[in-house]
Amino acid sequence: MNFLSDPVTFIGNWLTGLVANLGIPKETASAWVTGVAVGILPLLAMLWVLVLIWYERKVIGRLQDRPGPNRVGPFGLIQPVADMLKIFIKEHILPAGIDRIPYNLAPILAVGGVLGMWIVVPFSATVHGVDINVGALYVIAVGAIGTLGIIFAGYSSNNKYALLAAFRVVAQLISYEIPMVLALLVPVLLARSMGMNSIVQAQPVWFILIAPLAALLFFISSIAEVGRSPFDLAEAESEIVAGFNTEYSGLKFGMFYVGEFLHAFTNSLIFTALFLGGWQGPGAEQFPILGFIYFFLKTVVVHFLGIAIRGSMPRFRIDQVMQLNWKLFTPIALAAFSSAALVEKLATNWADAARIGIHFLVNMIILGVVVLIGGRVFRARGIRLDALAQRNRAAVKFSMEKSHDS
Amino acid sequence: MTISWLYIGIFLVVSLGLPAVAIILAGILAPKKPSLEKSMIYECGVETHGETWVQFKAQYYLIGLVFLIFDIETVFLYPWAVAFDRLGVFAVLEGLLFIGILAGGLVYAWKKGAFEWV
Repeated sequence: MNFLSDPVTFIGNWLTGLVANLGIPKETASAWVTGVAVGILPLLAMLWVLVLIWYERKVIGRLQDRPGPNRVGPFGLIQPVADMLKIFIKEHILPAGIDRIPYNLAPILAVGGVLGMWIVVPFSATVHGVDINVGALYVIAVGAIGTLGIIFAGYSSNNKYALLAAFRVVAQLISYEIPMVLALLVPVLLARSMGMNSIVQAQPVWFILIAPLAALLFFISSIAEVGRSPFDLAEAESEIVAGFNTEYSGLKFGMFYVGEFLHAFTNSLIFTALFLGGWQGPGAEQFPILGFIYFFLKTVVVHFLGIAIRGSMPRFRIDQVMQLNWKLFTPIALAAFSSAALVEKLATNWADAARIGIHFLVNMIILGVVVLIGGRVFRARGIRLDALAQRNRAAVKFSMEKSHDS
Repeated sequence: MTISWLYIGIFLVVSLGLPAVAIILAGILAPKKPSLEKSMIYECGVETHGETWVQFKAQYYLIGLVFLIFDIETVFLYPWAVAFDRLGVFAVLEGLLFIGILAGGLVYAWKKGAFEWV
């Protein structure tokens, strides 16, 4: 193993050697170096967000037939740096009557919760933060801290519209955790382990081919979790009142902004690790740097898909969002997971290709049933996935009561 | 294995501390000129009207309740999924029965209108 095939481990070993030469035993030196590396990772992630912001603005610009930022530096690359410098020196306007502690804690939690997910991501065969055996569950648990930050922001702002927006956003976020967690169960089931590295290593055949329905559900739910279009009622960028972060200014607002971009990318990271085989690829075990490159490329493709969806779809209403989740996604997630468990147990001793084929077939059957038959049955009975029928009934009742009174 | 959790602890402290330090730094660098107009609550440009902490709609509580039930169900399913190889077909059917009972709960909540209007 030399520098070219695995730079991170090489540098880590070199530093450990340096520290050990000072007389400290090797175990402690290794632990110290790992601790320092773990401490540097949030800083690297925050610096990476600058590149992400540039990438997103360029892609959204191109989708809307305009160039995106191209004045500040070559191809607009310095634009996010300029934006961050500007936001750093803006005044922190404190509105009257706020609740001090939640108000200040909210942006910290929103970003901290997202950064916390980076520690279990397996970047390559040898590079990962820590390899705990409950990585998948940890990701969900830590990701939910951002939700707490949002309700802190809405509640402490002394602004009733921020409060209502925060209620709606938190209802959306907790609702979409259910299909996400259920879809996350499928790779855990297929890999028989919750550890992220184990899930990646169990993917000589990518899990998206074995469980496409679960992958689709996880992808859509993760877009809704971040609060991106089309699920972005939280701070719909073209609206005037900015939702739960109305009363924030300066870097506190910047932190929410950064947190959203980082969350989107982190969700792409997790999706790639779970469903697209993470760092797997030809030669990735021998040359870990290749594994890192494969992981990076796959994540960028998934992230691009998320940005493309953001730039092309109109926004959903809140009642459409909620009913889509509880009436469509949760039943599909339950069905997908149950079928995966059943097929996995009944076809344990079949050949690999046959088992994968059966999994894929059952997924397609569930999708076909829901789309074709379920759609027809619902439409025939007048059941809609939004509240239009209920509102029509309420309007008819109201007009009947009015005609009774007059 | 236990030391992994120490690293996670360090990481979480740093990842919570980094935005905190950045915000404090920005608070030092930024100008501070509070005025009456700037610290008024924003309500599309007019004076605020009525109490801020408005009444909490009951649908949010119902959504939270259903979320809690399904989240706990899923957390129970994780060890079952991890120990899948050691289970027989009977245990798998038991697990599916568990999911079925909770799916019945979902249908009940749907019929009772817990998912309407939010």
